[in-house]
Amino acid sequence: MSNAKTLAFETDCHIFDGCGFPTPGLHSFLFEPLFTVGGIEFNKPMLLSLVSTVIVIGFFWAAFNKPKLIPGKLQMVGEAGYDFVRRGVVYETIGKREGEKYVPLMFSLFFFIWIMNLWSIVPIAQFPATAVIAFPVGLAALVYIVWMSVTFKRHGFIGGWKNITGYDPSLGPVFPMVMFFEFLSNVFIRPFTHAVRLFANMFAGHVLILIFTIGTWYLLNGIGIAYSAVSFLMVIVMTVFELFIQALQAYVFILLSCSYIQGALAKHH
Amino acid sequence: MISPLLQIAAEEEAQNPLIPEIPELVIGLIAFAIVFFVLGKKLLPNINKVLEERREAIEGGIEQAEIARTEAQSVLEQYKAQLAEARHEAARLRQEAQEQGAALITEMRAEGQRQREEIVAAGHSQIEADRKAAASALRQDVGKLATDLAGKLVGESLDDHARQSRVIDRFLDDLEEKAEASR
Repeated sequence: MSNAKTLAFETDCHIFDGCGFPTPGLHSFLFEPLFTVGGIEFNKPMLLSLVSTVIVIGFFWAAFNKPKLIPGKLQMVGEAGYDFVRRGVVYETIGKREGEKYVPLMFSLFFFIWIMNLWSIVPIAQFPATAVIAFPVGLAALVYIVWMSVTFKRHGFIGGWKNITGYDPSLGPVFPMVMFFEFLSNVFIRPFTHAVRLFANMFAGHVLILIFTIGTWYLLNGIGIAYSAVSFLMVIVMTVFELFIQALQAYVFILLSCSYIQGALAKHH
Repeated sequence: MISPLLQIAAEEEAQNPLIPEIPELVIGLIAFAIVFFVLGKKLLPNINKVLEERREAIEGGIEQAEIARTEAQSVLEQYKAQLAEARHEAARLRQEAQEQGAALITEMRAEGQRQREEIVAAGHSQIEADRKAAASALRQDVGKLATDLAGKLVGESLDDHARQSRVIDRFLDDLEEKAEASR
């Protein structure tokens, strides 16, 4: 454990030992490759994402593979989740008739992202895979492609661009400016914020937990033990808070996806 | 020894956290694609089918109950109608019976009256006939007795005398007249 880049902190570093606080930072999000295949480094977030796949499929396989008319406990829980995404998010935003075919996408997104986020507070893993920008970017890009293609499929080439730019001559002289900003907002800013919102929330949450965890350890010397206890309390508080944020961010991600698709299906706004 | 802060600063220059690493991107998309295909192609259609079946079962049950309820309602109404009809019928029959009874009683009374009158009339005529018979018999007997008596008194039979009967008749008529007058 000599590589400072891959270590969150030095294990023997405490306050009053003449050693500075080992602040967590970007280096906390870099991992030594677990192994390398053909020059591609396979790291911990990748492993976590694949394990997430196994967990999501495993759970819903157990719940939904042989569904019964009168559900068992597991199926009941699965159905509650399904109902939440289907009725609570998709039907609410896109509507029942048009939304039905986007339910599988939203359902998969929600649970995949949630489990990816959940790793943040799972012992040993202790890292939200979504705090690595590549994962949110991939998913946001997928949603971007979906709603873009829906826009053009629904409204044709001209109508699609009208939809994206919020074409509305009734606005008067400001309408070209509005079109410019709508274009900028929808085409470039929207996918960026969609991905970064999830990424940044998980990133910040992880940093917060790291600060208090490292603090708890760092302060564990002499009078610092009192502060250490407070820091540890904060670790617990932040863990509970993260539990909430993880589900919330997964929810927000699919809610936004749905609202983008809804906007794409709707007449020019 | 390099200060940790400097180390971090150096890293921030080296790496931008907003630039995705391609291998991670690919792995993430593959991981999600697997989830999406297994859920979307197999598990969600499964559960959709069951949810639909359940909805139908519940709605079917409700429909069945609704049908049974309306049927019970109609049967009840039918019963009520029948009961009212029966009551009406009974009342009608009672009324009719009362009327018939009354008519019968009047008829019977009239018949009784008639029969009584008939009997009384028959009685009267019988009595009259008897009286007449008795009177004629009496007249004959009285005539005979008187004749006999007169014969005995006169000493000869007056039977054959033509006037005999006239005398007797006159006598009897006198008697009758007296009787009438004394009555």
